[in-house]
Amino acid sequence: MSAFVNALQGKIGWTLLAVLGLLFPFIAKNDYHLTVMSTAYIFALATIGLNLITGYTGQFNLAHSGFMAVGAYTVGILTVDHHWPFWWAFALSGFTAAALGFFVGIVSLRLRGHFFSIFTMCVGYIMYLVIEKWESLTHGTVGIIGIPAPGSIGGIAFDTPRPLYYLVFVFLVLGVWVMSRIVRSLMGRTFVAIRNSDELAESLGINLMRNKLLAFMLSVFYAGMAGGLYAGFVRFLGPGIAGVENTFDMTMYMLIGGIGTLLGPLLGALSMPWLTQYLQFLQEYRFVVFGPILVLLVIFLPHGIVGTYMGWRARKAARAVPVTASSAPSAIGASMREGASHV
Amino acid sequence: MDIFLQQVLNGLTLGGIYSLVALGLTLVYGILHVPNFAHGAFYMAGAFVSFHLMKAFGLNYWLAMIGSAACVAVLATLAERLVFHPLRHASGLHPMIAAIGVLLFLEAGAQAIWGADFNRMQTPYNGIIDIGGLTLPSQRLLIIVGAFTLMVALQLFLKRTVMGSTIIAMAQNRDGASLVGIDANKVAMLTFAISGALAAIAATLYAPINLVYPAMGNLVITKAFVIIILGGMGSVPGAIVGGLIIGFAESFGAFYLSTDYKDIVAFALLVIILSVRPQGIFTKGAR
Repeated sequence: MSAFVNALQGKIGWTLLAVLGLLFPFIAKNDYHLTVMSTAYIFALATIGLNLITGYTGQFNLAHSGFMAVGAYTVGILTVDHHWPFWWAFALSGFTAAALGFFVGIVSLRLRGHFFSIFTMCVGYIMYLVIEKWESLTHGTVGIIGIPAPGSIGGIAFDTPRPLYYLVFVFLVLGVWVMSRIVRSLMGRTFVAIRNSDELAESLGINLMRNKLLAFMLSVFYAGMAGGLYAGFVRFLGPGIAGVENTFDMTMYMLIGGIGTLLGPLLGALSMPWLTQYLQFLQEYRFVVFGPILVLLVIFLPHGIVGTYMGWRARKAARAVPVTASSAPSAIGASMREGASHV
Repeated sequence: MDIFLQQVLNGLTLGGIYSLVALGLTLVYGILHVPNFAHGAFYMAGAFVSFHLMKAFGLNYWLAMIGSAACVAVLATLAERLVFHPLRHASGLHPMIAAIGVLLFLEAGAQAIWGADFNRMQTPYNGIIDIGGLTLPSQRLLIIVGAFTLMVALQLFLKRTVMGSTIIAMAQNRDGASLVGIDANKVAMLTFAISGALAAIAATLYAPINLVYPAMGNLVITKAFVIIILGGMGSVPGAIVGGLIIGFAESFGAFYLSTDYKDIVAFALLVIILSVRPQGIFTKGAR
């Protein structure tokens, strides 16, 4: 049993998830389900980005949906008003978000903890208001209508739900894979060190500002790319996408699955939209249910489903291995050597 | 010149409301060190409760205001007991997310009960007062007088009564306050009740010249956050001065720059100030 669970945790589990994703269009009853799942994938991509800066680096960015809107509007404006092909505009979407992220980052990342969150919330509002009011650029509240579908690649046209589903799926898989490389790299460990303690990280010789900025830009790059996909998928944009509510939604996905884990935010982002579908009679009032769920989770299950499970497993493993006097110091020595290599 | 004075009065009106909301926020931050994102929802709830009391029970404006202050004070105290108290030892991120949960719940709840429509609140003060060529709707005058009276009252309560002093003591030094026998739970509940009542009164004062709808608290709370960052988190005079600064910046910004972008003025000011001084203008080093 435990071997089976262990296998699920590792490569086999991820492969299983990928196979499920590949087979989903054959399981889905109708196109509507495909659309729901594709939208969930797009938001999952953005949520994974938010998890990098919030879960791994410990800075709660409340402007995340604003950066998603920047990516989306990059595609919308360039394709509709300047007649660029979708793929050219899409290639830029992540970079415009990251470029803006650079400037927002150098100002906001000097602030710590609550101040960073409140500041980014204000930045998010500025982005929303600018999108709403700058009519000559963004079409204001009317929104951008008639964004072209992604152009065909190798004879596959992306104008029906199924090819679009696979397109979004490929980007999600790519995004998750790159993120897994990031968080397991030295860079990822540096981010975690910053989350655990600013001072400790600094005393290890980590340049706080440079690393936080890097995490921030990578995180909003994901948001921008998700926004670009969103523009090509939904083909209509309004200022609403920049609303802080979208960031709140992503926060909920992240927290339910398990903040600061790779799998958690993904699971949260993929499962919650379905729960919303089944609670459809609630529609606008879904937060009457989700609000208290969020509070209860924070109080009773602060590490989410995946995080709690991993904690339980770690404790179980710790009990199973009797700590001998000789192994403990060597473990500390190993971790110190590992720490030294990070400098 | 008249136009200039008109803007000054507008600034005082806006500033008064913003200060009242920011005061509640800053008091709570001083005690719990939680940025209470749900505070805007308390503000919204205050407006809706007043609106409901006036419409369904035919209460007059002042009774409705008192009723709504009491209701929202209870609501805020409940939030403290059920949500923030269990999280008092949690890390910085979790109480923030819990506050967002409360915000989402209250907003959706208000929408479920009263609908998403924009409502107009009646006021007995529809007249216009003419002071030496300056025209001023009496509701605006009421806001200015009401808000500043309340600020003075709060200041007296905090400085001159034992109960008020416990709040200040707790904000200054938690351990020290516990050592001299101050009950941390009682102070936290009292602070939340005051902050809720202030938000409800501010909302009832401002609603007649604005509108009542479920998302009405969002912009106000964001500005209140700007104010308490400017004035120093937890500082009472800072909240009042910061509120006036933002109020004036907005009324003059709307007139001399652009009405479309008046809501951005406050945030732009914050971005500029924090770019130059990351610790805020009135604080020394705390960030």
